[in-house]
Amino acid sequence: MPEALLDVAGLRVRFGRDVEAVRGVSLAVERGQTHCVVGESGCGKSVSALAVMGLLARGATRTATHMRFDGQDITDLSERALQALRGDRMAMIFQEPMTSLNPAYTVGSQMAEVLSRHRGTPKRLGLERAAELLAKVGITAPGLRLGQYPHQLSGGLRQRVMIAMALMCDPELLIADEPTTALDVTVQAQILRLLQGLQRELGLAILLITHDLGVVARIAHKVSVMYAGEVLESASAADLFASPRHPYTQGLLACVPVPGRIRRGDPLGSIPGTVPRIAPGFTGCGFRDRCAFARPDCAGAIAQRDDGLGHRHLCQLAA
Amino acid sequence: MRIGVRRLAQYLGFVIVAGLAVVAIIAPWITPHDPFLQNLDARMIPPSFMEGGVPQHFLGTDQIGRDYFSRLIYGARISMLIGVLVVICSGLIGTTLGVIGGFFGGRVDAVVMFIITCRLSIPFILVALTVVSFVGSSLSVVVMTLGLLLWERFAVVARTTTMQVRTLDYIAAAWAAGCSRTHILLREVLPNILHHLIVVATLEMALAILLEAALSFLGLGVPPPLPSWGLMIAEAKDYMFFSPWVIMVPGLALFVLVLGINLLGDGLRDRLGAARDA
Repeated sequence: MPEALLDVAGLRVRFGRDVEAVRGVSLAVERGQTHCVVGESGCGKSVSALAVMGLLARGATRTATHMRFDGQDITDLSERALQALRGDRMAMIFQEPMTSLNPAYTVGSQMAEVLSRHRGTPKRLGLERAAELLAKVGITAPGLRLGQYPHQLSGGLRQRVMIAMALMCDPELLIADEPTTALDVTVQAQILRLLQGLQRELGLAILLITHDLGVVARIAHKVSVMYAGEVLESASAADLFASPRHPYTQGLLACVPVPGRIRRGDPLGSIPGTVPRIAPGFTGCGFRDRCAFARPDCAGAIAQRDDGLGHRHLCQLAA
Repeated sequence: MRIGVRRLAQYLGFVIVAGLAVVAIIAPWITPHDPFLQNLDARMIPPSFMEGGVPQHFLGTDQIGRDYFSRLIYGARISMLIGVLVVICSGLIGTTLGVIGGFFGGRVDAVVMFIITCRLSIPFILVALTVVSFVGSSLSVVVMTLGLLLWERFAVVARTTTMQVRTLDYIAAAWAAGCSRTHILLREVLPNILHHLIVVATLEMALAILLEAALSFLGLGVPPPLPSWGLMIAEAKDYMFFSPWVIMVPGLALFVLVLGINLLGDGLRDRLGAARDA
């Protein structure tokens, strides 16, 4: 198996003394593939993504067994070296397109700025490249858009601009933190199709964070299901949807209405309770308080199970 | 209707400030007389539209026979100059402190807040008095004293607005695009708090002009024979019971300028705020 572009193992993030937001997460994103991280609000998805980029807020401490990007360990990289990577070889797009662009600058100058920072490209060439990319992300009249300010664009357009901006330096890895959550459904579908097209064309590796299983089904090659700072189950998308092993994953899938499988009038599935706040030193399964199948030994250490074909899950119930 | 009146007031502010700025700049070419030229034969002549006035002195002459209109025009120069220089000086100090405190937070912010609190507890007039009695009064001393003491509003506003902007997504996006800290401070944060600072700048400019007048009135500001409006008021106070116009003319000028600046600041706040929210 070729080495993954991004290979993270044993990632932990703590905020202060009392909160451990990410507890030993391992992820691998292959070149040209999409790895979806799915989970409820507050389960540590975004924090994991930020931790990979080295963008955690002050007060957060990050440790990892290793975090390799293209074979290079980036765990202990200096801030300066990270700055050179960010926006150049690894780019990120955010959830809120309405506020992710700087209102003080035109679209064109923000985009050209990225290229001039990393490559020293003159502004004129940067603007040409920006226009090219705006066209590529499906924006008509890119020349006109370059001279406009963010407040003159709609949400869908802004997200396209964000994507185009992330692509300025031909990144190998694109981290997308809920890129479609703030958009309406038709625009969501357009953006996902766009990401897929770009991936095919440019061989992008995408780490996509979402809480929407519909998005996962549409775009993912691999899926990691996160809960309370841990990856409970990870598998290829097809495998995960066909045979979810972890009770949490099963519960999540039961929450999605599938035409044909659910009849009119049937109650939709739901998982009672909310994600607990996990303090350092917590042992056992984080889901046991909400799990219908919980047993007393769920409070002990849980071993990871692996079917040998890349489908792993963290649960000791016989699956 | 209300909007109309407001608009009108804003335009008025702009016209007053722009007009006085132009007058201040081209003062040497439009003054009918040398503002320093004394003529003891022509003292305390009333303005030309009053009884006893003469046509060659539009606003009359002062107690040592200098043309009042010319002095008033040169006074605009002093006031504007002091206003602008003080705002530049205090704006730089206050913005730097505020942005640094707001951006870095934590201990750095605590230090900045401590400095602001220290500044607020300094009695302004006493410090000015001490400084002037040590180094003597001059235009540059007034500018330095005011500039070094009037920055706290800049600091407070810059600090709070930076705190708001710092957490916004486009700052996170800038980090994610590999921007350095300096770049984020200067190119991402600063342009987005500038419109607040411009409004503060107008308020501070008006305040600086009034304080200069007050200091000059107390004899701690610009030294005579420079034609500062505050100094003109001070010199006129001995005569105001017999010739009230000598104190009314510079007083009115001061009032109009400060009013104009404040109206302009109001207008800028509305305009810049509206442009942001669109």
